[in-house]
Amino acid sequence: MEEHRDDLASKTGMWLFLFTEMLLFAGLFVVYSVYRFKHPEAFHLAAEELNVFIGTVNTIILLTSSMTIAMSITAMQKGSTKLSLILLTVTVVLGLAFLVNKYFEWNTKIHHHIYPGSEIMASWGQGDILFFGLYYFMTGLHAFHIIIGLTFIGFVMVYIRKGRITPDRYVLLENSGLYWHLVDMIWIFLFPLFYLVT
Amino acid sequence: MSDEKTHIIPYRTLAMILVALVILTLISVAVTRIQLGPYTVAAALLIAVVKSSLVLTIFMHLRFENRFFAFMVTGVILLIGIVIFITLIDYIYR
Repeated sequence: MEEHRDDLASKTGMWLFLFTEMLLFAGLFVVYSVYRFKHPEAFHLAAEELNVFIGTVNTIILLTSSMTIAMSITAMQKGSTKLSLILLTVTVVLGLAFLVNKYFEWNTKIHHHIYPGSEIMASWGQGDILFFGLYYFMTGLHAFHIIIGLTFIGFVMVYIRKGRITPDRYVLLENSGLYWHLVDMIWIFLFPLFYLVT
Repeated sequence: MSDEKTHIIPYRTLAMILVALVILTLISVAVTRIQLGPYTVAAALLIAVVKSSLVLTIFMHLRFENRFFAFMVTGVILLIGIVIFITLIDYIYR
């Protein structure tokens, strides 16, 4: 039977979806910028509460996972399905490591009673409350995107095993890579804005 | 144009991009440790922009894809830049 496919259209669709994701986070970055402008002192002090070391480690983990998924596309293009699967597995493990770090980071904060609605935060000024509100919402939304990305990659791995993604037909693998890179790119901006710029 | 899509990026290139990204991350951590005042934000954001353009062009294959994609992505980034710029102007000069 004649096969109907249009990889260019498929990738275009993925990019259009990524644009909506970029605009979603861009809106939040606008909110961040405005509140930072209105409460510079509070944002400065609140940002010092965050652990730069964990943030840096998580950044490197995500960047590495971006490389491994890009390599898995190279492997697929070169016809090595097995290597492609191994590299995707590494990507998933790194993504999970990121989430585990995030869990410990949030856990420490919550143990110090720093979470929206806590009694300690209620006694703080508006700026600190806004900083941590944005911190939880933006890193939380980002972590949610990591979970979606991992699920997507999981499906891609199943499809590779079933032979539905092959070295001649791998646009779904490429699309999962695009999604994963976008999540990585959002973190590239979240990291300096929350952890570094104090 | 579409026969260009089978461009294969060598493993070596991808590894070198990762090294560059990690070095840039460490630089941005170091730069923000030394207090540069208002320039800290600018330096950190500039490095983030360089990092994301590496991800976009190499990891996301934009440099080797149909030009159409790079054109659209540039448009969206410009749109986001304009929105942030206008909003900040509004707050700064209100």
